[in-house]
Amino acid sequence: MEKLKVTVDIGSSGIAAGAGKVNTKLKEIIEQDNLPVDLKQTSGIGMCYKEPLVEIKDADGTYLYGDMTPELIEDVLHSHLKLNVPLEKYVVHTANFDTDHNAFMNDQVRIALRHCGIIDPEIIEEYEQYEGYEAIKQILNNKVSPTDVIQTILDSGLRGRGGGGFPTGLKWKFAHNSKSDEKYVICNADEGDPGAFMDRSLLEGDPHAVLEGMIIGAYAMEATGGVIYCRAEYPLAIKRLNIAIEQAHKKGYLGKDIFGVKGFDFDIYVKEGAGAFVCGEETALIASIEGERGMPRKRPPFPAVRGLWDKPSNINNVETLANIPWIIKNGAEKYAAYGTEKSKGTKVFALAGKINRGGLVEVPMGISLEDVIYKLGGGIPDGKKLKAVQLGGPSGGCIPSHLMDTKVDYDSVTATGAIMGSGGLVVMDETTCMVDVARFFLDFTRKESCGKCTFCRVGTKRMLEILTRITEGDGKPEDIDNLLELGEEIKKNSLCGLGQTAPNPVLTTIRYFRDEYEAHINDKKCPAHHCKALLDYEIDAEKCTGCTVCAKACPTDAITGERKEVHVLDQEKCIRCGECYSKCNFDAILVS
Amino acid sequence: MRVKRLAPKPAQIETPAQVDLSLLDPLIKKYKGKKGSMIPLLQGTQEVFGYLPRAAFDKISKEAGLNLNDMYGVATFYAQFRLQPVGKHIVKVCHGTACHVQNATKITEALEDTLGVKDGETTEDRLFTLESVACLGCCSLAPVMMIGDETYGNLNGKGASRIVKEIRRSEQN
Ligand SMILES: Cc1cc2nc3c(=O)[nH]c(=O)nc-3n(C[C@H](O)[C@H](O)[C@H](O)COP(=O)(O)O)c2cc1C
Ligand code: SF4
Ligand code: SF4
Ligand code: FES
Repeated sequence: MEKLKVTVDIGSSGIAAGAGKVNTKLKEIIEQDNLPVDLKQTSGIGMCYKEPLVEIKDADGTYLYGDMTPELIEDVLHSHLKLNVPLEKYVVHTANFDTDHNAFMNDQVRIALRHCGIIDPEIIEEYEQYEGYEAIKQILNNKVSPTDVIQTILDSGLRGRGGGGFPTGLKWKFAHNSKSDEKYVICNADEGDPGAFMDRSLLEGDPHAVLEGMIIGAYAMEATGGVIYCRAEYPLAIKRLNIAIEQAHKKGYLGKDIFGVKGFDFDIYVKEGAGAFVCGEETALIASIEGERGMPRKRPPFPAVRGLWDKPSNINNVETLANIPWIIKNGAEKYAAYGTEKSKGTKVFALAGKINRGGLVEVPMGISLEDVIYKLGGGIPDGKKLKAVQLGGPSGGCIPSHLMDTKVDYDSVTATGAIMGSGGLVVMDETTCMVDVARFFLDFTRKESCGKCTFCRVGTKRMLEILTRITEGDGKPEDIDNLLELGEEIKKNSLCGLGQTAPNPVLTTIRYFRDEYEAHINDKKCPAHHCKALLDYEIDAEKCTGCTVCAKACPTDAITGERKEVHVLDQEKCIRCGECYSKCNFDAILVS
Repeated sequence: MRVKRLAPKPAQIETPAQVDLSLLDPLIKKYKGKKGSMIPLLQGTQEVFGYLPRAAFDKISKEAGLNLNDMYGVATFYAQFRLQPVGKHIVKVCHGTACHVQNATKITEALEDTLGVKDGETTEDRLFTLESVACLGCCSLAPVMMIGDETYGNLNGKGASRIVKEIRRSEQN
């Protein structure tokens, strides 16, 4: 009998959901009963909302199981082994029959994520089995010149996936043209957007693709050293990167005379970031690698001329680099066949927030936001209405529901006032307060400003003060105008991208949701029922059992009443803290 | 995205006797004289002690030849570095975008209440430090918190409080 192939997804979101326990359980039962099963591990399938995920391949096909637990997996395994049928109830994706979740996988085009969820990221041979390191070997064997490699990348139309969207080929050309005895390629794995996890999933799921991308870059730009600047908060990604680097060394893919080519010396090491968003900016990142405070500096000189240790350097994002081997292997035309005129290829998004299917998806550029959210993402939970989509994190903006036909490409997204960003896509529904969202991002950028420029340092603080005041019910009529003016000034007078984009979340929410700001300021109401200070609390006489819990919880004694009798709330005394609401066990506190 | 970057209170600066500085020797040997060694040295020190003791600054400065001002500058710039000892369990509440939208503020408030400390502070018994962090990367489980290696998802205030109470109980036994 043919062995069953069982694969567990043990990326960090899977582990958080309990994949480690499922994996251990599988090992146990397979060993115990000596079952005819090949067990392996992978990472980055991307269906985060159904984790832990286990894929089972039998003679009839492949079945992806979701929401697995140590108990369920035993049933699933036995159904396959003893009855020879899948346990359909738990299947979330298969080609053999319809499931509610097939669309999540089927509508994707996976190029950057091509190996995620397929190979074991800790085994270099598995990467090689799927064309791994073939792109660089093809270049070396056919003696393709560095300029021709750069031309291929130019032709593919690949643009930087780290947020800037600058053509990668052009960037490589600049670095190539800077002559120097030392040169560096740097991978930006700092992933600072506080609502995004694309790069982390990629590093955890396919570290060798990033290494190969860097090696190709090193060949094309004639670089001598490589650094991966990775967030320290990503321990699993760092671990797998280091494993991959060691394996590549052993195979002679890194180090001296790599791939047997005399004089082709290139090595990579991982540098752990220390928790500063601004270090995602290129010059700050370089300062941080050099061991200093990560403060951006003026450009020019650009890193391509003077970068790490004052040598020419090229910085690329993780996803950008993961695309490179595929483009070399499959050709520029094939890559450029996906996407729109000015935005070629695919983009990875991390779907999160008020969406049914949160997770990682890779879609061709030019797909509409509507398709991403409804077809792949399965729409909004609990029958609620979509309000806005936040793209680009703290540098981006909120796109309102009436613009959901916006195409996902650099220019269309920029036209809405948001930015494509690195791929964080957070969905918001009618219960999300847009003023609060703007306040949340400003709070983030205010803390993360490096402090060099006055407008960024003080301006964000002033904006935050105004926004906080508005959400607390103390907004003044002139506040909106002040925010707009401050926002424009900060954009104009900041040195780096952090300050230049920090006002975007505020400016876009004012542009599309001005009425919400006005409701807060003029009517002292929060239409989303979110801002605590603007809510009114009342006791529902029908539901109140007189349990006295709320009266005890109230810090100002605004609630009074005898035991077992309906309680009364004194609006004069109420400070709107919400304690009674969260303590009542009978839903008897009404909020409006 | 750690919120508080407090300077150490004088009373809490420990005397060198309380920290075994010789633990730093291998680290200093490894990085001494290397370029760009400042951050790895501080990261290594924090790994040893859980924070950056004042005495460690002095020792590294002397032995690795780094400027004390620069070291302090770097240590206070990056959110990762702590200048005060932390509790045995660090409770990291995610305040990334997805968790914020799913009401992470409530989790922090509930924990502040239960632990009797503010965000960024350590309980008197040195058992817990409460922290805010940006995206832990399991947004579909939002709101999320992490204690040690364990991640807890789909939380509400009550649930989060219950979890720390349980840890406290098991520590007391
Ligand atoms: C404040 C700030 C934060 C940034 N954070 C990141 C990041 O986390 N990851 C990233 O790849 N790029 C980030 N960038 C963009 C990088 O500076 C740079 O443009 C990018 O890494 C270049 O790679 P690419 O051309 O492949 O996109 C950030 C930029 C700024 C201004
Ligand atoms: S814009 Fe802000 S983060 Fe950027 S250099 Fe100026 S102060 Fe620093
Ligand atoms: S909201 Fe707070 S102050 Fe107002 S009645 Fe409830 S517990 Fe008392
Ligand atoms: S925002 Fe909290 S896990 Fe991503």
